[in-house]
Amino acid sequence: MSGGTSPIFGNLNWNVTPYTDAFQHPDSSTIIGAGAASVLVLGAIAGLALLTYMRWWGPLYRNWLTSPDAKKIGIMYIALALVMLTRGIIEGFVMRAHQATALGTLSAQESGLVAPDHFAELFSTHGTIMIFFVAMPLLIGLINFVMTQQLGARDMAFPVLNQVSLGLTAAGAALVMISLLVGQFGTGGWTMYPPYTGKIFSPGEGVDYWLWAILISGMGSTLTGMNFAVTIFKHRAPGMHLMRMPLFCWTSLCVAIMLIYAMPALTVSSAMLALDRYADFHFFTNASGGNMMNYANIFWMFGHPEVYILILPAFGVFSEISSTFSGKRLYGYTSLVIASMSIAVISFTVWLHHFFTMGQSAGVNIAFGIATMIIGIPTGVKIYDWMATMWRGRVRITAPIVYLTGFFLLFVIGGLSGIILANPSIDYQVHNSTFLVAHFHNVIIPGVLYGMLAGIHYWFPKAFGFRLSETWGRRTALLFVGGFVFTFMPLYVLGLMGMPRRSPTFQNPDFMPWMYLAAFGGVLMMCALASLVWTFWASYRNRVALAVPGGDPWNGSTLEWSTPAPVPEWTFPCIPQVSARHDWGERKRAGDPWKGPAAYTDIEMPANTVHGLLIAIAAFALGFAMVWHIWWLAIISILAIPGIVVIRGLRVIEPRIIPAAEVAEADRRFRRLVENLPPATRADEETERNRGVPDITEFAG
Amino acid sequence: MSENTLYPGLNLGETHGEAHEQAESIVFGFWVFLMSDLIIFGILFASYASYLDPIGMAGGPGPKDLFDIKSVALQTGFLLFGGIAYAGVSLALKYEQGRAKLIAWLLVCAVLGAGFVVFEVKDFVTQAGKGGIPQASGWLSSYWTLVGLHGFHVCCGILWILTMIVQIATRGVDDTVKVRLSMLGVFWHFLDLIWVGIFSLVFLVPLA
Repeated sequence: MSGGTSPIFGNLNWNVTPYTDAFQHPDSSTIIGAGAASVLVLGAIAGLALLTYMRWWGPLYRNWLTSPDAKKIGIMYIALALVMLTRGIIEGFVMRAHQATALGTLSAQESGLVAPDHFAELFSTHGTIMIFFVAMPLLIGLINFVMTQQLGARDMAFPVLNQVSLGLTAAGAALVMISLLVGQFGTGGWTMYPPYTGKIFSPGEGVDYWLWAILISGMGSTLTGMNFAVTIFKHRAPGMHLMRMPLFCWTSLCVAIMLIYAMPALTVSSAMLALDRYADFHFFTNASGGNMMNYANIFWMFGHPEVYILILPAFGVFSEISSTFSGKRLYGYTSLVIASMSIAVISFTVWLHHFFTMGQSAGVNIAFGIATMIIGIPTGVKIYDWMATMWRGRVRITAPIVYLTGFFLLFVIGGLSGIILANPSIDYQVHNSTFLVAHFHNVIIPGVLYGMLAGIHYWFPKAFGFRLSETWGRRTALLFVGGFVFTFMPLYVLGLMGMPRRSPTFQNPDFMPWMYLAAFGGVLMMCALASLVWTFWASYRNRVALAVPGGDPWNGSTLEWSTPAPVPEWTFPCIPQVSARHDWGERKRAGDPWKGPAAYTDIEMPANTVHGLLIAIAAFALGFAMVWHIWWLAIISILAIPGIVVIRGLRVIEPRIIPAAEVAEADRRFRRLVENLPPATRADEETERNRGVPDITEFAG
Repeated sequence: MSENTLYPGLNLGETHGEAHEQAESIVFGFWVFLMSDLIIFGILFASYASYLDPIGMAGGPGPKDLFDIKSVALQTGFLLFGGIAYAGVSLALKYEQGRAKLIAWLLVCAVLGAGFVVFEVKDFVTQAGKGGIPQASGWLSSYWTLVGLHGFHVCCGILWILTMIVQIATRGVDDTVKVRLSMLGVFWHFLDLIWVGIFSLVFLVPLA
């Protein structure tokens, strides 16, 4: 950074890109930085060129970016998450490669692939991206896509607000992405603890990128939580009592409640840190009465519920797939509901276990330690319920079941290491070591990542009309399981050997064998990522053979399987009357589940609008302007946001009406198609004979 | 619970037909939003309490140097009477007493809210003059943030009232406007609730 702040360009100048560093001091670290920026630039250019060449701009704008349809918004969330996942996994791989070459000596301490500050940027962006821009969009996207269909609802309670939420999340993600090219990201880890991240120790734009990405996307997540909660409470189909909801909807409700109550804490802690940095406030400074531990407390009041926000939708997915792919009814529905809600509530009472070493009394630590151990109980209940669901079932080893099995084996280990860490006296020994890193990856990867990928595999046909390749799906799942084991099991050992987390270098040669093992795991994770991409590509090429127009490829029991694949924008031709917990399954038992409704009516859908897109653009401009101190742009964009809202408020907005005749025609065509498709037995599930119409006599859920 | 209570608070009632039905999820959703907002204030209250000691004040000016309880009482009066005035809006809406009455009551609310803001800003200016700026100490940072955020909410409320007046004048009292007025009512009373907390915890506790 050089020169003063320009009134027009703020702190921006030609030296902010990593290319300057790469030209001035070419070494492995700066070249990796410039390479990453180049991937971003080339990727953006390739994307724009593809859109232009294929003339996709119009369809993209009309069918996706301006659509308030929850299902499409869900798909866009997941697409965003997969792009960010790619970056996150590559960063993880670079970190493992770095530490495998980072054995220093006392005289030459800095060694390895990247420079220490570059390494710090890597673990900060990796954590930020994986939590906020991979896990969150994955689960929010999946809930958006699945929940309304399972509830028998036409759409979210607030479809346009949903669009705004997506826009805010995407704006936050874009800020993190652009930090690759313009300037640098913060080096304070994904939690960005002050006072290190205060203005004195971290001047420059790095922490600000994090702050604005978090503030903007956090607002989006809060609004999403409200939207989910109101949808579940007020927009269920008639007869869909709370205790008839599929388990995935229950965990979505838990997530919604937790988003509503936990996200504000993150907003407050980030806003306070922003005030410290921008306006010289003294919330978390060392001087003038600041108290840095307030940040840790407020952050983790969000942060701990957050980990359960991440895991609960995966638990919902596992509840659905364990039942469907075992051909059995879910075991212990009520206990799973109670367990999910217990987890949601107890998760608000354990935040202090993230800093047992703060210096509070032993009594306080014991209380939080016990609360932490208690939360293991409902989680254990769930594991037993899923195993009991599969017990003596006709289990088909599909890709989701491979993920579930990997989850059973690995998540339990991660949970047990969490119970170990919940003991304050043990935590004093291993806190801030790679033991902790191993622990939270051990719950988040088998939990969230496997769960979400299993869910994507399971519901993919509903979105796009064709199944994903089971062979490649299973290969991907196995690679993710193997990759996890090799990457993170060595970190438990390293942690117990005394290796601190986030170390750019170390001097103990005994670490090296474990480092090589972990680096090999990193290679496997990269292979898993490639295999995941290949699964989508191979399935797309083979989409005719994999097509399931009947819409029920797995012989499911919940409402979303009663509609065609891909699902029409109105989801249900008529809002279904629900009379049982597994309504679609019960209709199969009663025979002739695909009977059409007696009459069709006009369907009212929210009209497409550019509202969310405009807010997203304004929010991104606001974030970018604040990061670079471009005050004129910040003022314009902060006035633009309420302006856009007020202008929309003054207009009378008419819904879009889909005439009954159009619905009837499409629906009757679907029902004729189902009659003419040959039913597929369970044994045929993976073959071309599976056209999405299962043999209902085999249904046993 | 009677049949026509679809969300907490004053319902529009079945005579309003569509608007009553629409309000069920929209006003309920707005309640949920305010509960989330309440968490923000709750954390700021807790932070204020944690900085309210000699370490947090760090040798800077303290509550006894800065707070003018008479002015605070005056602000309380403006804000709470503004809250009561919204009852006029709600009743005029529910019993369909016409646009003019609605707009008049909304203006009363806006004026009383503006009176609150004027005296609050005057206090902030006086306090800054005595060295009580937010950069002086952790306690002052939390004081300005908490009370300032509430003041910002009141300003947003006034802006919202003004846009509602424009909406009533231009598009009339249609279903959408009715639902929005119900939400605005919940918001406006929410500000009173927060202020009661601020008045007691921020001003009375340290002066006691």
